[in-house]
Amino acid sequence: MDIKLREVEYRYAAGTPFERLAITEVSFDIPSGGYTAIIGHTGSGKSTVLQHLNVLLKPLKGEIQIGSRTIAAGRKEKNLKEIRRRVGIVFQFPEHQLFEETVEKDICFGPVNFGVSEGEAKERAREALALVGLPEHVLERSPFDLSGGQMRRVAVAGVLAMQPEVLVLDEPTAGLDPRGRHDMMEMFASLQKEKGMTCVLVTHSMEDAARYADRIVMMHKGRVYKTGTPCEIFSDGPDLTAIGLDVPETVRFQRLFEEKLGRPLGHLCLTPEELAREISRLRGES
Amino acid sequence: MMEKMILGRYLPADSVVHRMDPRAKLLFIFGFVLIVFLANNFFTYALLGVFTLIVILLARVKIQFLIAGLKPVIIIILFTFFLHVFFTKEGDILAQIGFLSIYKGGVIKGIFIALRFFLLILVTSLLTLTTPPISVTDGIESLFGPLKKVKVPVHELALMMSISLRFIPTLLDETDKIMKAQMARGADFTSGSLSNRVKAVIPLLVPLFVSAFKRAEELAVAMEARGYKGGEGRTKYRLLAWHMRDTLALLFLIGLAAALFALRS
Repeated sequence: MDIKLREVEYRYAAGTPFERLAITEVSFDIPSGGYTAIIGHTGSGKSTVLQHLNVLLKPLKGEIQIGSRTIAAGRKEKNLKEIRRRVGIVFQFPEHQLFEETVEKDICFGPVNFGVSEGEAKERAREALALVGLPEHVLERSPFDLSGGQMRRVAVAGVLAMQPEVLVLDEPTAGLDPRGRHDMMEMFASLQKEKGMTCVLVTHSMEDAARYADRIVMMHKGRVYKTGTPCEIFSDGPDLTAIGLDVPETVRFQRLFEEKLGRPLGHLCLTPEELAREISRLRGES
Repeated sequence: MMEKMILGRYLPADSVVHRMDPRAKLLFIFGFVLIVFLANNFFTYALLGVFTLIVILLARVKIQFLIAGLKPVIIIILFTFFLHVFFTKEGDILAQIGFLSIYKGGVIKGIFIALRFFLLILVTSLLTLTTPPISVTDGIESLFGPLKKVKVPVHELALMMSISLRFIPTLLDETDKIMKAQMARGADFTSGSLSNRVKAVIPLLVPLFVSAFKRAEELAVAMEARGYKGGEGRTKYRLLAWHMRDTLALLFLIGLAAALFALRS
């Protein structure tokens, strides 16, 4: 399911003295089956854009195409549930949304709301829990007895159990330990690769954007600053620093390495593994 | 949806009213609330109206802010107005619809009571519009200072007040966030039967309480970590200063009270 944003504008507290422009003239596409990263400085409008993707916020100007539906400014929209079932959002610190007595009930909350039968929802809860790497006996426990990291996983499972076609992630690994971070990001990547789920990742981590995304949208001061492939985006370091971002560590290392070497490597490497391969090939040559 | 709340928000600006001592403003409001009840005829209400208008102009608050603040209470004002219109039986009958009859006295009384509400809300919302919450609590703490002699924990009460004021926006933000997160999981807060809607609030309230308690505990730990131990011997960073204009404002109010006494019937 493709999502297309066209000239979207949104203001908070519109029509009151506290009105504040959040995003304007935002246009970009999220192609089906792809992995899109949205990067930008704090306050650049990333989270506002994200809330438009399942119409939690409606554009004040412009329009959004979500699959076959078009959400245009100024129209009353009914029956948004269908969109919300197909576009699942994992918010920042999703563990704050847990509320049920047991983990199982909490994970089932989404599917049951979207009309899935109870038996089917429980089945999905089991699957989703396995996906986020928690043992099955956790299902019977209270989500409030779990550790922070486990609560995060349960909350993510709650969205996965909705079996959305598009998975939108807002800083899903913030505050997790490195291992948990890696596991969760790998899990999302495999969902995208193996099940064809469309992924949208909002992140501060240039490393994650470089490693996983196939398209990057750069936001700055409520506007789309640039869109492109990771290679295109990260090959222009000064442009990134100009808006308060930076290149991934790997790219920084490669640049320093090239400086010492006196000549550029074949291409821009986005992951340490790739860079290591490139450098060892160089040793083989000489 | 939470961002539309205007009532009780502070708008930074520079005006005589903004610069007034919060204690003077509190005393002023207290006095005003009392003398509003002195008005009972056309002249006294007109005088009160003009007086309120002058205060609003002095405060340099845009009218749209005040109107936005009035919106949530307009229903209550209308309700009391109609209550009086339909249930006061004084003076001539103006109209009769079925078993309902409207008397002249009722209409007048309705207008007066509605006006009284209106003026009270305007002036009290001026207090919160022109005074940062922290100053309001400072003012209250200072005004009730003498009660410390009779062992009333004034400082602690003021602290409680400023903490709760401080966390209102935070809680509203939090509510908005959790609401959106649950809506993304298919929760529906705006439609369905009443019992369904009440049930729909649980996924909102539980996380809200959990985070509020967590926040309270964190705050307590943070305060103790910085050596907080109550009001004893504590000095203040913001000192209140009473100026000529504060005395003048109160004299002005006393003058108004005298005029109202003279004009009321």
